[in-house]
Amino acid sequence: MTAFKSLAKAMAKGLVRDKTTLFFSFLFPLMFLVVFGLLFRDAGMDKIKLGAYGDGEVVVALERTGAVEVQRFDKLDDGVAKVRAGDLPGLVEVNGDRVVLHFAASNQAQAGTVQGLVSGVTQSLNVRASGRPPKFDFTAQQVEDSSLKPIQYLTPGILSWSIAVGAVFSAGMTLVTWRRKQVLRRLRLAPVSPVTVLSSRVLVTVTVAVSQALLFTGVASLPVFGLRLSGTWYLAIPIFLLGVLAFFSIGMLVGAFCKTEEAATAAANIVTLPMAFLSGTFFPIDMAPSWLRAVSKVFPLRHMNDGLTDVMVRGKGVEALLVPCGVLLGFILVVSFIATRVFSWEDS
Amino acid sequence: MTSTGAGAAAIVVDDIRKSYGDLKAVDGVSFTVGHGEFFGILGPNGAGKTTALEIMEGLREPDSGSVRLLGESPFPRKPALLPRIGVQLQASAFFDRLTAREQLETFSALYGVGAGRVDEMLELVGLTEKAGTREDKLSGGQRQRLSIACALAHDPDVVFLDEPTAALDPQARRNLWDVLRVIRERGKTIVYTTHYLDEAEILCDRVAIMDQGRVLAMDTPTALVRGLDAPTRITLERGTLTAADAAGLPGADEVGEDEQSLVLTTRTPAPLLAALAERGTLDGLQVRTATLEDVFLQLTGREYRA
Ligand SMILES: Nc1ncnc2c1ncn2[C@@H]1O[C@H](COP(=O)(O)OP(=O)(O)OP(=O)(O)O)[C@@H](O)[C@H]1O
Ligand SMILES: [Mg+2]
Repeated sequence: MTAFKSLAKAMAKGLVRDKTTLFFSFLFPLMFLVVFGLLFRDAGMDKIKLGAYGDGEVVVALERTGAVEVQRFDKLDDGVAKVRAGDLPGLVEVNGDRVVLHFAASNQAQAGTVQGLVSGVTQSLNVRASGRPPKFDFTAQQVEDSSLKPIQYLTPGILSWSIAVGAVFSAGMTLVTWRRKQVLRRLRLAPVSPVTVLSSRVLVTVTVAVSQALLFTGVASLPVFGLRLSGTWYLAIPIFLLGVLAFFSIGMLVGAFCKTEEAATAAANIVTLPMAFLSGTFFPIDMAPSWLRAVSKVFPLRHMNDGLTDVMVRGKGVEALLVPCGVLLGFILVVSFIATRVFSWEDS
Repeated sequence: MTSTGAGAAAIVVDDIRKSYGDLKAVDGVSFTVGHGEFFGILGPNGAGKTTALEIMEGLREPDSGSVRLLGESPFPRKPALLPRIGVQLQASAFFDRLTAREQLETFSALYGVGAGRVDEMLELVGLTEKAGTREDKLSGGQRQRLSIACALAHDPDVVFLDEPTAALDPQARRNLWDVLRVIRERGKTIVYTTHYLDEAEILCDRVAIMDQGRVLAMDTPTALVRGLDAPTRITLERGTLTAADAAGLPGADEVGEDEQSLVLTTRTPAPLLAALAERGTLDGLQVRTATLEDVFLQLTGREYRA
């Protein structure tokens, strides 16, 4: 077996036998995903309900808007009773060409929405029936963020966060433990190049990150959570790999600076915790005040998270890769350069 | 000096010095180790043994002086030289959470040799039964032996062992002596450090006694002891012989007495022992000739404390 393969194998075995690391890399983020996923499952998908009696073009068009959930009634009175009880904001009664909207003024906001919607649909059908081209062109465009179901931003968020934490900790810890336990000096006395040692470590980190990605997206795609990947999800691969490398190099820097495991743990926490909170891992960063959003732009995690969300769930194209990949690449180059400067083989 | 010819020395150390601040850890050390020689570096804590060894291995750069290891300077790191040397560091260096066998397999692979010798190595250091035990679950002595096996896995020509017998129980220490003898018989050059003077006396072809960064004496153990010209001390149980009788025996230079024993000092032990045998007083008799410890005492004026 080559030195590269055997080193990677040795590290992989060491990792699989390390229950704490396994817990923090896989189970812990998964717990977040499950808890938040279930907690927020219904948020953001409250569609307005609308009763319907009778059938015809108007009801079909209303259903097609996707903005309301149409509930059909066989008896008009049943439906009206529901509206009166406040269970439904309105009921459309279609009787040939006559369209009547029954609504409860007690629920003003929804009643207004429902009125606007029904009259809008009816008017546009009228225009179409008249055979004349509409004079005003109207397009409704949804603001994507508010349309994202929580699982859609939770998954890329928790994924990039857990990859970041995993890469920073494992890279930093390996370096510190190996230095303290003299493994680094021992490796220096073996005919293996530092590049071989480093790249085998990278391979293990990337493998862990890929397993995390498969696990988290797999679980999030279960019907209970309902993650829907966009058609451009494969564009996430370059962002993903650059992200892993960026956090790996941050871990190397932590390991180069710190002499003890305790110091490395503290440093890794100091680096990853603020990033986790300010990069949109647990809540969309758009909800934060603008100055905070500006601050969060310095974090590689923010860019990884944004990039992954854009291509994995928002369905953006190649152009969405530019900024995250550029920023992450810059991070990798700068941070690993500094790491090689401060690196030392031994404690003193 | 030819580069790596058979006749050339395996290691030539020429006036190396290394200071840490004001502390002179190694202060002008020179010696030559021949091919196939078993060379011991002795000395108390802080004598500079590890520092000297690490300079020879190429792990540290000396402040001044030079080292030729198999004809080459080991510092800066020479990848071509590394497969020919095997190193056991004073603190055992292992990969996290791997078993004894996996450690050996990994180290073998680092040197590009197959896992073919792994079983042989485990056998050699007596860890066959512990092959599947994780490194952190081994006892101190077992770790030590595993560390030596890892140093030997790629069959190096020159072996550096830093206190291989530290932390071993007497039985394990003796087993390890056998291991070291086997390596020696295979024609390897061994440089090792130890605190145990008695052990060095038994194992080494030559020893260097170090203290405070300097080599105080260097020779074969026998020559060092002989050079001391120390008398032999014969101890008898009290009551087997009176002090006056003892003083009259041939070769008895001095006679001393305490509660339990009678101590005769002699420079000609043969006739004295013969005379004692004639008298039938050999029961419980002890003969103590000078050892490296006496050499150390004489060199430093201090009792040897490991
Ligand atoms: N990296 C270092 N920085 C500062 N001082 C050091 C360093 N390494 C060794 N020393 C000092 O140099 C001296 C020699 O140390 P060295 O480790 O060579 O001794 P040693 O003979 O191997 O001792 P021991 O028997 O305890 O292993 C000691 O006083 C030690 O404190
Ligand atoms: Mg030492």
